Amino acid sequence: MDASNYLYISALLFTIGAVGVVVRRNAIVVFMCIELMLNAANLSFVTFSRINGNLDGQVMAFFTMVVAACEVVVGLAIIVAIYRSRRSASVDDASLLKR
Amino acid sequence: MGISTSLVYLIGLPFAGAAILLLGGRRTDKWGHLLATALSGSSFALGAYHLIQMVNRPAEMRPTSQKLFEWISVGSFNVDAGLLLDQLSICFVLLITGVGTLIHIYSIAYMSEDRDRRRFFAYLNLFIAAMLLLVLGDSYLSLYVGWEGVGLASYLLIGFWNQKPAYATASKKAFVMNRVGDMGLSLAIMIAFATMGTVSFSGVAEQAHHTSEAALTAMGVMLLVAAAGKSAQFPLQAWLGDAMAGPTPVSALIHAATMVTAGVYLITRSNFVFDAAPIAQLLVVIVGAITLIFGALIGTAKDDIKKALAASTMSQIGYMILATGLGPIGYAFAIMHLITHGFFKAGMFLGAGSVMHGMNDEVNMRKYGALRHFMPITFITFGIGYLAILGVPPFAGFYSKDMIIESAFNSGGVQAIILGSLTLIGAAITAFYMTRVMILTFAGTKRWDEGVEPHESPWLMWLPMAVLAVGSVTSGYLLYHDKALYKWLSPLFEDHGEHEELLKPIVVSALALTMVAIGVSIAVYKYMRENVDSIAPADVSFITKFVRKDLMQDQFNEKFFMRPGQLLTKGLVKTEDVVVDGSVRAVARMAIGSGSGLRGLQNGFVRSYAALILIGALALIAAIWVVVS
Repeated sequence: MDASNYLYISALLFTIGAVGVVVRRNAIVVFMCIELMLNAANLSFVTFSRINGNLDGQVMAFFTMVVAACEVVVGLAIIVAIYRSRRSASVDDASLLKR
Repeated sequence: MGISTSLVYLIGLPFAGAAILLLGGRRTDKWGHLLATALSGSSFALGAYHLIQMVNRPAEMRPTSQKLFEWISVGSFNVDAGLLLDQLSICFVLLITGVGTLIHIYSIAYMSEDRDRRRFFAYLNLFIAAMLLLVLGDSYLSLYVGWEGVGLASYLLIGFWNQKPAYATASKKAFVMNRVGDMGLSLAIMIAFATMGTVSFSGVAEQAHHTSEAALTAMGVMLLVAAAGKSAQFPLQAWLGDAMAGPTPVSALIHAATMVTAGVYLITRSNFVFDAAPIAQLLVVIVGAITLIFGALIGTAKDDIKKALAASTMSQIGYMILATGLGPIGYAFAIMHLITHGFFKAGMFLGAGSVMHGMNDEVNMRKYGALRHFMPITFITFGIGYLAILGVPPFAGFYSKDMIIESAFNSGGVQAIILGSLTLIGAAITAFYMTRVMILTFAGTKRWDEGVEPHESPWLMWLPMAVLAVGSVTSGYLLYHDKALYKWLSPLFEDHGEHEELLKPIVVSALALTMVAIGVSIAVYKYMRENVDSIAPADVSFITKFVRKDLMQDQFNEKFFMRPGQLLTKGLVKTEDVVVDGSVRAVARMAIGSGSGLRGLQNGFVRSYAALILIGALALIAAIWVVVS
């Protein structure tokens, strides 16, 4: 099978994630869309690793997973904290920094 | 040339006086005027000592100099602040300190009622110091310092009673018109520096032979502008009449005897420039000739005794400037007339002050009359000055003015006839207006205001007048006898030998005396009658009205210089506002506008930031893609 198909899927996943970040208000959904984009990047790394025949891309994918895990911990903590203080998980409600 | 170490004290003494009186404040009120007089007197004594020393040396050893300090040293350009006392400056030193001291003495009494007498004496001393620096400086640059110093002193003293707005305006007018002349002097200095690389008198005199005539002409014309400003010569003459707002001793010292003659000094000192620049020399003659007639005409219509004398001063300095423009044959006579004029004009001004003192400060001559019975000493001293300015032998003016008329006739060519005739006509008009002043003031009937009780002035006032009167009688003969002044000054000028003689001296004297007699008889015919109007008659001819308005000099200046100047200023202010400030403001507005425009992007919504990041990233990728493919 042609490896470039994996790249198309990766681009599709990234686009879905990016559009989701821009259009959705719910912080949890936005968060999941970010994860989607990260994993789209992971998929590209792995594909290129396969195409080039070395392991660099797979090593990078592991790094990304570690970073994503840390990010999930911090991000979910922030979302829970915001929800507790203002009873809302909408990212548009948290727009006080401009003042 | 000898070296002297005491020249600086000539200037230092009166300068110290000014500093003590101004810085000491009220503490010096009691004895300030005495100190100022004493310092001025000691400066005179020092000057006299120097004169004796000079006379005892052979001619080429007479000038002495003193280096004070290194003033400016930039690359190859060096100016030392130095003093130079030569045959020319010693004449001025003695005139300034001599007449100055007499006027200090006079002022002790004249200003005794004024509560600011100390300040007055401080300014007088400041003036003496600045004027001495002007004549003792050994370069155009040190002369310039003195030149500005006397301008400042003149401004301060004209506006001494500046609580009266008209007097304050007069001082400002004098200052502003003098600035025009000062600009000429600074330009002349710049020309000298640019073309000859030096500004010292000796340096310029040396370089003048190797410099192009165009540069020398430009420098000469600028020097003439400077001289015209300071000496109230056409076309910068209009300030002198108003300068009479100052106290009368000031008018006598600054605006008759010394400061206004600085222009004559400047031209005489720069003889090496003018001798090599015939066009500039011709302009000097023209300016002198115009002013001598101009001033004399103004003098005929003035009812204010001081303004009549001021117009006369302008006219007499016109004679001197004319003489300096004649070249080597004229310099010595210009200086001679300057010295004799210093005596008789200062004497007459002090006389006018004495009359005003006795008449409750009235200056209108139509309200005088018959004062010879009440002020005999003033009458006699003023009368001697009158005879001297007319040029009646053997009074001082006879020798000095006749010499100028004679050299005008001997200057060669058509020019000689024109100049000679103008000087003769000037002599006739001078005789007319001075006789008018004499008759209106001292003869005729009483036309005083009520409550005026004329009385002779105290001895402190008439003593200086008497001394100056003696000078008005003797100075002419002393300077003329055996060509004393001519021989004294001749080492300084390049004389080109004998000159053709158009008219014999005796013929010139006869002509001059005839003209004077005509002038006197017209004045006697017009004013020597029982009733002179105490208010100037209004139904007079067009010409009289024209002359009464000072030949429209103020109107002319206003129309052609003041108004266009104001327009120019307004235009420049507008340009500054629109162009300069406008562009600065536009830049500021642009920064503010773009800032407030971009602020809209910072809306606080995370999603819009994310969208912007996305768009930016896409744009970047698109750009890379376009560049690569």
